[in-house]
Order: sequence, then structure tokens, then C-alpha cells
Amino acid sequence: MSLALIAALPFLGALLPGLMIRAGRNTCATITFATTALALTGLLLNAPAIWRGDVIIEHYEWLPQLGLNVNFMLDGLGFLFALMILGIGLLIITYARFYLSKDDPMGSFYTYLLLFQGAMVGIVLSDNILLLLIFWELTSLSSFLLIGYWRHLPEGRQGARMALTVTGMGGLAMIGGMLILGQIAGSYDISVILTQGEVIRQHDLYLPALLLILLGAFTKSAQFPFHFWLPHAMAAPTPVSAYLHSATMVKAGLFLMARLWPALSGTPEWFWLVAGAGLITMILGAVIALFKDDLKALLAYSTVSHLGLITMLLGFGTEYAAKAAVFHIINHATFKAALFMTAGIVDHGVHTRNIRLLGGLRTVMPVTFAIGTVAALSMAGIPFFNGFLSKEMMLEAAWEAGPVIAVLATLGAVFSVAYSLRFIAHVFLGPVRQDYPAKPHDPGFGMWVSPVILAALVVVIGIFPQQTVGHFVEIVAGAVTGGHPHVHLALWHGLTPALAMSAIAVGVGAILLGFQRRLAPGWDAAKRPEAKAIFDALFNGSVRAAARVTDSLHDGSITRYMAILTAVTVAYGGAAFFTGGFVPGTRSLLPVGPVELVFFGLLVVASAGVVVVHRHRFTALIVISIVGLVVAMTFVQFSAPDLALTQLTVEVVTVILLLLALNYLPKDTPVQSSAGRRARDGVLAVLAGGGVGALAYALMTRDMSLPTIADYLTANSYTGGGGNNVVNVILVDFRGFDTMGEITVLGIAALVIYAIVEVVLQGPASRRLLNWVPDMPQAFDRHPLMMVVATRVALPIALTVGIYIFLRGHNMPGGGFIAGLVVAIAYLTQYMASGFAWAQERQRFYYHAVIASGVMIAVLTGVVSLVLGWNFLTSSGVYINIWPLDEIHLASAAAFDLGVFLTVVGAVMLALASLSRIGRRAGEGVNLTAMDIDPLAEPPADALSDNREEN
Amino acid sequence: MMEHWIIAPIIVPALIGPLIVLTMRHDIVLQRVAGLASGVMMLGICLALLVSAAGGNVESYELGSWPAPFGIVLVLDRLSALMVTLTAALGLGILAYASATGWDARGRNFHSIYQFQMMGLFGAMLTGDIFNLFVFFEILLIASYGLMTHGGGRMRLRGGVQYVIINLAGSTLFLFALGTLYGVFGSLNMADLAERAAQLPAGDGALVRVTAALLLLVFLLKGALLPLHFWLPNTYALAPAPVAALFAVMTKVGAYTVIRVFTLVFPETLAPIGGLISSVMMPAALLTLAVGMIGVLGGATLARIVSFAAIGSMGTLFIAVSAFDEAGIAAALYYLVHSTLAAAALFLVVDQVRARRGTSALTLQAPMPGGGLVSALFFAAAIAMAGMPPLSGFIGKLLVLDAVRAETWWVWAWAFILITSLLSVMGFARAGSALFWKPHDASAPADEGFQDAPGTPSGLGVALLGGVLALIVAWTVAAGPATRYTQAAAMQLLDRQDYIHAVLGTPAEREARQAAEAAYDAAHAGDGATPQEGH
Amino acid sequence: MELLVALSIGVMTAAGVYLLLRLRTFPAVLGLAMLSYAVNVFIFASGRLVIGAPPVLGAADTMTDPLPQALVLTAIVISFGMTALVVIMALASYLNADTDLIDIEKPGEQPEIGR
Repeated sequence: MSLALIAALPFLGALLPGLMIRAGRNTCATITFATTALALTGLLLNAPAIWRGDVIIEHYEWLPQLGLNVNFMLDGLGFLFALMILGIGLLIITYARFYLSKDDPMGSFYTYLLLFQGAMVGIVLSDNILLLLIFWELTSLSSFLLIGYWRHLPEGRQGARMALTVTGMGGLAMIGGMLILGQIAGSYDISVILTQGEVIRQHDLYLPALLLILLGAFTKSAQFPFHFWLPHAMAAPTPVSAYLHSATMVKAGLFLMARLWPALSGTPEWFWLVAGAGLITMILGAVIALFKDDLKALLAYSTVSHLGLITMLLGFGTEYAAKAAVFHIINHATFKAALFMTAGIVDHGVHTRNIRLLGGLRTVMPVTFAIGTVAALSMAGIPFFNGFLSKEMMLEAAWEAGPVIAVLATLGAVFSVAYSLRFIAHVFLGPVRQDYPAKPHDPGFGMWVSPVILAALVVVIGIFPQQTVGHFVEIVAGAVTGGHPHVHLALWHGLTPALAMSAIAVGVGAILLGFQRRLAPGWDAAKRPEAKAIFDALFNGSVRAAARVTDSLHDGSITRYMAILTAVTVAYGGAAFFTGGFVPGTRSLLPVGPVELVFFGLLVVASAGVVVVHRHRFTALIVISIVGLVVAMTFVQFSAPDLALTQLTVEVVTVILLLLALNYLPKDTPVQSSAGRRARDGVLAVLAGGGVGALAYALMTRDMSLPTIADYLTANSYTGGGGNNVVNVILVDFRGFDTMGEITVLGIAALVIYAIVEVVLQGPASRRLLNWVPDMPQAFDRHPLMMVVATRVALPIALTVGIYIFLRGHNMPGGGFIAGLVVAIAYLTQYMASGFAWAQERQRFYYHAVIASGVMIAVLTGVVSLVLGWNFLTSSGVYINIWPLDEIHLASAAAFDLGVFLTVVGAVMLALASLSRIGRRAGEGVNLTAMDIDPLAEPPADALSDNREEN
Repeated sequence: MMEHWIIAPIIVPALIGPLIVLTMRHDIVLQRVAGLASGVMMLGICLALLVSAAGGNVESYELGSWPAPFGIVLVLDRLSALMVTLTAALGLGILAYASATGWDARGRNFHSIYQFQMMGLFGAMLTGDIFNLFVFFEILLIASYGLMTHGGGRMRLRGGVQYVIINLAGSTLFLFALGTLYGVFGSLNMADLAERAAQLPAGDGALVRVTAALLLLVFLLKGALLPLHFWLPNTYALAPAPVAALFAVMTKVGAYTVIRVFTLVFPETLAPIGGLISSVMMPAALLTLAVGMIGVLGGATLARIVSFAAIGSMGTLFIAVSAFDEAGIAAALYYLVHSTLAAAALFLVVDQVRARRGTSALTLQAPMPGGGLVSALFFAAAIAMAGMPPLSGFIGKLLVLDAVRAETWWVWAWAFILITSLLSVMGFARAGSALFWKPHDASAPADEGFQDAPGTPSGLGVALLGGVLALIVAWTVAAGPATRYTQAAAMQLLDRQDYIHAVLGTPAEREARQAAEAAYDAAHAGDGATPQEGH
Repeated sequence: MELLVALSIGVMTAAGVYLLLRLRTFPAVLGLAMLSYAVNVFIFASGRLVIGAPPVLGAADTMTDPLPQALVLTAIVISFGMTALVVIMALASYLNADTDLIDIEKPGEQPEIGR
């Protein structure tokens, strides 16, 4: 079967259990089992080729630019691991079906399990290290789900989080390592990398790459000093522990080291790092395991110890050690899975895993006793069980590696014998107790069949090693070393030092067990760094630190952010200027007349005035409008009549809006910011002002280095744009697209304003408005007669002027925008004179509609030209003369300008209307007559309840 | 021949928006239909544009038929096509989500403002004129003010004020930059600017640098790069979650403009510029990444966590951009699409959580109805955002790491990216287990200030959230073609000639045109009185 | 003359920036207004100063650069719309939150609000 399919099957199958859970737990388990079985069969179909020593390779392109491709490779090593993952997977699935209780969601359990299984298969079949990385991280994620499966248990959540953090960290380090490795080897394909061993080991980046990759492998395989996460992962349901920590997840690290063995091994760095870490882990794990009272904890640390053992063997870098490693991987998988299941059975039957509460189960749980004993003896390394063979090979390798290592290895073996025998002695042997938490009993067939199969393997391999797995080990070892090692596994090698070392181990181990109960109190009393406490302290500490940093940086003080923005701008802009070449301009400057001086003085005074009086808001408003006026004057002075007109009209409207808004805002600004802060802001302000001023001066005093595009515009204004007022032609024609956008902005502004006011009138604010007390002295006569009359007279005039300005705009200063503002102002005066309601009573169109039609007209004039086959907004038109007006260019541009006009009027009026609605909610009197004095007026009912009237 | 279609993505919303205001202001259903119809249209058009741009030819469209550089042009190249397509797709999805969850009915004028928002985004991505870019910036900003405060609420309005004020400051800065630019270059058309930049005398160098510096700051403010990112957390966390999801594309506009302007007009190969840009941008990007992911780890609410994740992703993005070479920009573009989708998905998760809880705070809460599905979606989105396999985030990260390898500062980039990834993994694991795993006792007191749940936990909404995730998966699976496209786009950007010639014409074409004009003037000497129809 | 104009731009900018950095909305709005005056004159000045040469065909024999004027017009209109909006928004947030302070204290701990 295709390797890709084998790897994909579990992922595809993963969907089913989650979906099929309603079909019942058996269906669920069966589907999962079937999926795995199918994948396993697919794998076995490749067995013959592997037996012949072939290597199967499949390539699919995914991201060739990066070298990340879906390449699979199957050789002995991959085959062995895939076999363990899928084979033991089958047993686990069966076991779990009967282990999980009714109220555990089984669907999600099997989904997670299959996800994890797929990720593992992916790792061992990958021929591309980037692809391998993907599966690698997937195992971290899916194991996060599995370990945290019992999410109601805090240990579960924390254990999951710890596993994810530690292995995730390793994974990230490995990303770096793998990328470097790929760079060195010139390819990310493992099959290529393995041929580049020499190059890689010579390269300068060998050590960083090695360190990063080993960091990944060690964290995954719980090697010292990253061993601490594994025992906490035991919070997971026992099937998960049995799966993750016997055959799969923790073996991924070993697999990686074995996989890259030809590329990375054989250097002193490799030896000391790998063998060293392995040796320490082996001993440490074994010692701790001896003193753990929780069955699963004991097994967890024993796993750590055995992983260390295998790591050490890989670290030796010799062919013999590699063979031993491979063989022990097989053996450990078999007996350790069996042991975990046994622990699960005990837990299930007696409702405790605490060894102190156990003992004497021999008679009440015979089957379990048999299984456990076989597996444990194998773990102890007793002859006739497979563990003995590989452990002896280990001791042999250690002996060759030197006396020190040999002694330490034996020491590790001693403790491993001790805790293995303890598993038997303190759980099954001894007198039957009466105080079991529950009545012990052997489980049903479903639960013991899986471990029995494994136990059988333990024995068979133990007695007939060469016949059963001899050739297989040879192939796998060949795949690891890249050579063709000869393997002869036998029960009896004669009187070798290894045999002696085993004997010592068994003897001393047995004695040590005798003292275990007496040593235990001392061990428990001894002060040891508690990994979990440290980890939690680190994790929560970093979370707290992160929170503190974040909140202190982002304290919601926009004024501070603005200060930063200003400072950065000044600094960066200044730096950019002073590091560049600059030649001052030579443009002949304009003379300064008295008038200019006066205006300049006025401007400076006014600007300063705004700053000084800004706490008194009305005053500030008046002063700032003086600035606006001077600016307008400046435009007049320097040949910009259009600007002057616009500036003036905008000024008026803005000030009116601000005044109206200020009605409902505080009238004064209290002194709040400290003197120091004000000084800081002052400095920033001066710097910014100075910078901008200098920049402006630098620009104004130099001639353009290149001819500007404006010349063309001037030249084509009349012939192409049909207007004499170049500015206006630019607005409605050359850059009509800008104008279209600009009026859109106005329109949106009005829409948003309306929406916001709506919200305010719904929300709590409306209550505050309803009992609003005017904080300003109110004029007795709100709508003075003179003003009313004046504005009435003024209205038609203003409208005429507006139309005139609109029409002449194309040739002389003016145009739709200014016209719109003039008309808007005319209406504003009506409002100020007689109140909004009155003014509104007398105009019939809805502002929303005016705005919308304005924008649409503008856009549609563009669309028309599209229809005519020209580009969007292409203008066209003719000249006509209407006495007494000047010659008018009746053009598409005029229609466009009409759109501008309407939008402006609509937008201004809608903004105003919205404001006035706040006003009326605040109880500002509504009079539908022109003046207050009007005896005939009957205020209609809806006058006061019109907070949702059409605008 | 895509000629006139380039303008379509701008016209369609520009017409539908007002139409909604004009004819259907009181019928939310009609508004939805119109809005979604327009959304579908825009997506269709953008896909067509993408297909035509993929071929590699750059299309220039002269508005008002005024020849470049004198009028305004729209330009369609691989980059702009990619951006508008992403925007259209996301825009449609979010609009559908907002309609499905009833968000659109929580205030007035949502649909019309949304149309204008799209118009602004498309315009900013298509225009070839730098002042026109300013105009479209303003359109998309003012529309975003409307969307950000949509539905109101005390904190949201205050956040809105902050958002508006800082952006108005940014717009003012933009205008100062444009004034300087015109004063130095005497032109506004980007292609023309690119050519003039080379012709300017050395004496103008300092002013050119100032122009570039100011523009960079304007764009980075939008792109939320440290130290100009401060506005983002409050804005995104306080905006309606679906709107925040749409805003995921707004920061990318900042990235887009940086890439566009600083490859075309101010490339570092330009004499006056030197190392002005990347020497500042790269360190800032590293710090942004760090600050963002620290925020992910320390955030108190999922909304804030996601906001900081968005900041962090901008950091990664700009690290790649800082390389200013083909690999870097290609990686940046791939990552840009990914991070937009991932952030959007996460903000929709935030909305789902709030809809069930009233708040996305990580504190102990009452149980969450239908939490299982949401938690699964969160898990997927978080994986994507944290850059864990197998989703596009991981591929994007690999691409970025691979791209900066040639730079002198690659070690820094690698260290920051890998370490911060761990922070984000920890942060999201923490958030996830707190939100979805903690035992939920119903008696747990609801948060202070808890109000009625925003949004409604509608199945359709969840489905649309799934849709966004599906896009992420697609972007992952199609990584091969996708990166081929982004590499082609990067090449096109760095080459510059395609763009310049498409806008201003090849040297040969220009000579021909000048000759023709000379002939025309000779012929029509005198009768300038009648303007030609549609010149 | 150019010096005076440059100085005026500088003064207006300084005033604008200072007001923009105040703690409450209304001064900030004034500051933005000042800044928009400043930037409008700045853009206008970027077309260089010319006296008595309005950009109207036939009005005078020389003509100043019309383009910056058009740009300023657009800028004025847009900033007008923005000012109107920010004022209303400030008002709304004041009426809702009963404070016109711009800063939000401890944003991380603020309750999330749906509507």
C-alpha cells in the first residue's frame, strides 16, 4: 500500500469516531480498530520488500520553492516504529474500549488517539525533515488533547500544558536545527542528508544544529534535564499512558536520533551530549522509580530510565551499541506496554494505584499477576525474558565504552532490577489484605487479552531471539548505521563481563529492594527540587510578568502614545534630514510688506492665544477662528482665491458646529497635567513646529529641480477641461477621482454622525439628556425678531449667490463645494434664528437622500463616460451663454459638480440635524413658528416626540 | 481585456452604498441582500482581476482619460490583485457573519458604511497616485470609525475617540509628507515619482530622505509597528468582534503601502535613501513581534490576546519585508494572507465566546452552551495564529525564517521568531484551557459590567467561522502555487520596469506620443476654443 | 516673506501639537484644527509663493502652481468632515461615559461591553 495512504489513513479515520459516537461505543471502537488494522495491513504488505533490505520512497510536491515536500521513505527503522505504533495501537484501542467508563466521551477519545497515531506514523515515514517537523509538532498538539482528556482534573490540564510547553519548546528549537541541517546538506530530504554525514560534521554550524536538534529529541524523549514532564503526563487515562509512554511519543526522540545517526553521530560532541544525557537519565529515573508509590509513577520513571538507556547506546556511536539500542527498543515496547496495562487493570479492579495500599493480589488477580510478573521480570533483565538479552548487550557496550561508564551502567541496572522486582513483590506478593478500596477481581477478556499478547511476545523473543527478531534487528540496525551489521542474538554468550554485571545487578538489586521500605522515609524527607512546582512557578511567573509588561506599556493613555508619535516623527525625520545631502535653495524671495507683518503678528498672537486660553473653551473657539481668518487672508495674498473662499466658508460652518457641540460639553478644562508634563509637551510642540517650519522654509526657498506636472494641467485646462479656473478644472476633471473620494468622505462622515447620535439617544446618555440643566445663561429671547427678519431676507439672496458661485465655478473662483457651503450656511442661519424644527418644517427633502443622490450623481457621471466607451470620469461638454451670467461650460463636469454641491449641503445639514436632536432631547424648546411670540401657534403632538424622525 | 474592470471594485460599492441609503434605509433585509450581492460581485471581479494579473502583465487605467502622470491612474499588478482578492473574500465573509449574527442591526447605516469601507480598501490598493492614496486612506478610515463605534456602548465610544484622534494625527502627518513630496518631486504619480527620484540632484537628497521617512511613519502607524502600535489593542478589543475581524486587513494596508512605495519610489538602491528604511524597520519589527507575543501570554481577555497576536504577526511580516529582496517579500506576502485570515478567524471566535458568555475574559465563567464546537474552532485558529503545524502559519514562519537566512541579522530574526512562537503557544494554551476546559460552575459570578450578550450564537455564524478556517486550510494546501505567485509578485515589484512602463509607457511609446502631440498642436493651433469630446 | 510664512506654519504646528497632547477631547479637537490650518498652508507653500497670479486663465500673465491649491481644497474638505465627526464622537462619548478624558485607565481590566 502507498506510504502516503498509510500515513493518511489515521487522519481520515479520525473524523469517524467523533461523528459516529451516537452509533454507540462499540461502533466507535470498531471503526477506530478497523482504520488502524487497515493501515497496519498496508504496512505489512511492504514487509517483503523491507525483508529484502529495500528502501521504499515516495515523492509528492507540496512547496518545492522551500524544499518542503510530501516525501515518504520506508526502511527497516521506519518499518519497526510504524509496526510498533500501529500494532500496539490496536491493542490499546481494544483495551481502552473496556477501560473507559460510561461517562467518558469515547468519540473524542478515539479521534484524538487516531490523530496522534497518524502524526506518529507520519514522523517515522517522513523522508523530508520539514514534513517530519510538521508531524512532530502534531504529536505535541494531539498529545496535549490526550493528556488533558479528563479536563475536569486540574492535574490533567496542568500535565497537558506542561507536556505541550516542554515538547513544543523542543519542537521550535528543532525547527531551527532542521533548517540549518538542510542548509548544510543542501536538501531537506533525509535520504540525501544521510549521505552528507562527512560534510555536515565538518561544517561550522554542525554544533548549533546538533544542539537544537538534540533539544527537540531530548524534550520529546524526556531526557535529563527535561525528564520532568513525563510523570505529570500520567494524569492521562491509562491507555494513553500505555500508548504514549511505551511505544510512541517518547520513542519519537529516539527515532530521530537513530534516523539521523549516520549524519550526526561519531563526533565527541555527539558522544558526550547524547551518551552523557542518556546515562544520567538512566540512573536518575531508576533511582526515583524505586521510591514512587504510585504504580503509574513508578512505570513513568522506569520509562524515563529505559529511554536514557537507549539514548546512551545511541550516543556511543558504535555499531554494536546501535544493534543493542534497536533490540531494546523492541523489547521495551513490549514489556512496558504490558506493564502499563497491568497497572491500569489493578487501578480498575482495586480502585487505587498506591503501592502502599496494595499487595497480595497474587491469589485474587491471578491472570493480572501472571502478566505483570512476566513483564516485570523482563524489565528487570532476568534470563528467558527479552529484556535480559538487550540489557546484557547494553552492559557489553558500556563495558567497551570504559570502566567508569560500565560501573555507572551497572548501578542503573541495579536500581532497575530493584524497582522491577518491587512491582511484583509489593503489589502481588505478600499476604492478602482486607482493606482494599474495592473488591479486587480479574478483568474481563477484553482488558487482559492485549497485555497477554505482549507478555507472550516477551517470552517468545526471550527464548528464541534469533529465530524471531534476529534478522529484523539486523535490517533495522543496518538502517540506523547505514552499514550492513551482522546480528546474532543468543541467550548464552559464554562467561562475559556483561553476564557478571547482570548478575551483580540482579543480586544487589534484590537486596536493595529489601531495604526499600526502610530507605523510603529518608528519601521522602530529603529535600529535592520539585519539578512541577518549579515549572508552575516559571509558567505563572512569566504569565504575570507578561501581563505586567503589557499593561504598563499599553496603559490606554493615548496622550502618551501621541507624545511618542510626535517624538518619533521629529527624531526620525530630523535624522533622515541631517544624514542626507542638502544644498540650500537659491530662489529669489518675496519682499515683506507692512500688511503682511501685521497679519503675521496677528497669527502668532492668535495661535499663542488659543494655547493660553484653551481652558476657557468658548474663548478659545473665538480666538481659533481668528487664526482661520488670517489663514484665509494668506491664501488671498498668495493668489489662491478658491482656497480663501473655501477656508472662510468651512471656517464658519466648523465654528457653528463646535459651538453647538460645546453646548453639551464642559465649558472649561480643569488643570490636570503636571507642570513637568506640560513642559514635556511644550518641548515636543516646539520641536515639531520648528521642524515643520524649517522644512517649509527649505522648500519655499528653492526652485523645483524638475518641471512639475502642473504645467500640463494649465496648458490643457481650457482645451481639455473646458474651464479657465484651473484649480476647479483640476478638482472636477483632472483629479475628479480625488473629489469623488472627498465627497464620499463627507457623506460617510454624515452617515456615521447620524448613527452615533442614534446610539446615544438609545443609550444611558439619553436619560442624562432628559434631565439636562443648561449650564450657560440663556438669552431671554431665543429667537430675536431682528435676526429672524434679517435671515429671512438673507435666505433667497444667499441661495442666489450659491447658485451663481456654483455656475461660474468652472471659470472663476467658486464651484460646487463652496456653493454647497454657502447654501448650507444660509440654512444654518435660519436654524440659529428660528430653531431647527422651524427650519426643518420648511424644507421637504431628507438629508440622507440628498447625500446619497449627491454621491451617486458624481459616480454616475463617471459611469456615463464608461457607457460611452471612454474611461471612467472622462469629461465632455459644450459652451452655452445664459444672459446675464458669464459664458457657462455645460459639461459632464458640471453634473459632477452638482453631485459635490448636493453632498456638501446634505452632509452639513445632516450633521446639524443630528446635533439638534441631541439638543431637543435635552429639552431645548421646539417652536414651529418663526418667533417665540406667536399666539396662534399650536405645537403639534409629535413635535416633542420626534427623536426618530426622518433625516 | 480587463481594461475597464479595474475600476469596478471601486464603483460597485460606491454605487451600492448610496443606493442602500437612498432606497432601503428602513429594511434591514433588503440592505443585507444588497450588501451581500455587492460583496459577491466584488469578489467575482477581484478574482477575474487576479486571474488576469497572474499572467504577469501590469495594467494601468487612466481616469478621465488624462495621460499619466498628469491625471490619476489605477494600476493592477500581481500585488494589488492579491490584496484586493483577499480583501473581497474576507469582506464578504465578515459581512455575511455580521448579517447572520444580527450585528448589522445594532446601529444605523451599517451596510452603507460597510460598502464605503470596501471602496476605501480597494481604492487604496489599486491607486497609482500617492495623493489619491491619501484620499482613499481617509475613506477607509472614516468608514472604519463608523464601524468601530457601531452599536455604541460606553467603552466602545471612548475607544472610538482614541482611534479617531490618533488616526487624524496620522492623516495630518501624511499631508505634511505629501506637501514635502510635491515640493521636491513636483509630481504625484508613483511611477513618475520613481523616475524623478533618480533624476533629482544630490542637493535634494536630504529632502528626499525626509519625505521617505515621514511616509514610512505614516504607513507603519497603520501597520501597527512598534512604537506606533499602541492604538491597536484598545481599538480591536473594544470594536465589535466582527468589525475587528475585518480590521485584520486594515493593518495589512499599512504593510501593502510600505511594500509598494518602498520598492517602487524609494528602493534602498536609490542613492539618497541608503539604509534609511530597513535599518529602522527591522529592529522595530523584532520588538513588535516580542511585544505582541508577550501580550498574547499576558492578556486578560481573549479579545486582547487576539489583538496582541495581530500585532505580533505584523512584526513577523515586517521582519520579512525588511529584507527587501525577492525571498523576503514573497514570504511576507504569503504570511500576510495567512495572518489576515487567522486573526479574522480568532476575532470571530471571540464573538462566539462573547455571544455565549457576554465577555471573553479568562476568568471563571458560567458554562458555555455549544462550547465544544467553538473550542475546536478556537484550537484550529490558534494553531494557525501561533504558527504551529500543520496550518499556513507554520509554512509562513518557515518561509520567513528561510527568507532572512541571507541577511546579516538572521540569527536575531530566528531567535525572536522561534522564542516568541513558544510564548504564543503558551498564551493560547492558557487561554484555551481557561475558556473551554476549566470546570464551569454555574454559580460563578459573571464579570462586573457584564451586559446582554453581543451577537447571537447562531449556527450560521459558526459555519461562516468554519468557512474562514477553510480558507486557511486552502491557503496551506495550495502553498506551492501560492508561493509561486507571491514570488512572481515580488519579482515584479523589485524589477519596477513593468510597472513604470505600464503607467508611463515604454520609451518608444513615449517618443511616439510626444511626436503625435506636437503634430496635433501644429494642426489645431488656434482652435483651442472647443474642447474635444472625451479626449 | 517666505520666512514669515514658514514661521507661521511652525507656530501653528507647535500650538496644534501642544493642544493635541492635552488630556481632554475638546482641546485635542482644537489642536487638530490648528494642525489642519498648518498643514494646509504647508501644502500650499510647497507650490512656492507667488503674488498676483491666480490660477485662472487670462486673469494674469503669470500663473502660480494650481495643483497644490487643488490638493489643499481636497484636504480642507476632508479635514472638515473629520472635525465634524470627531466633535460628535467626543460629545457622544462624553454623554455616555460622563467624562471627556481621552485616556482609558487600565484598559486590560475594563469590562467588555456588548452593545
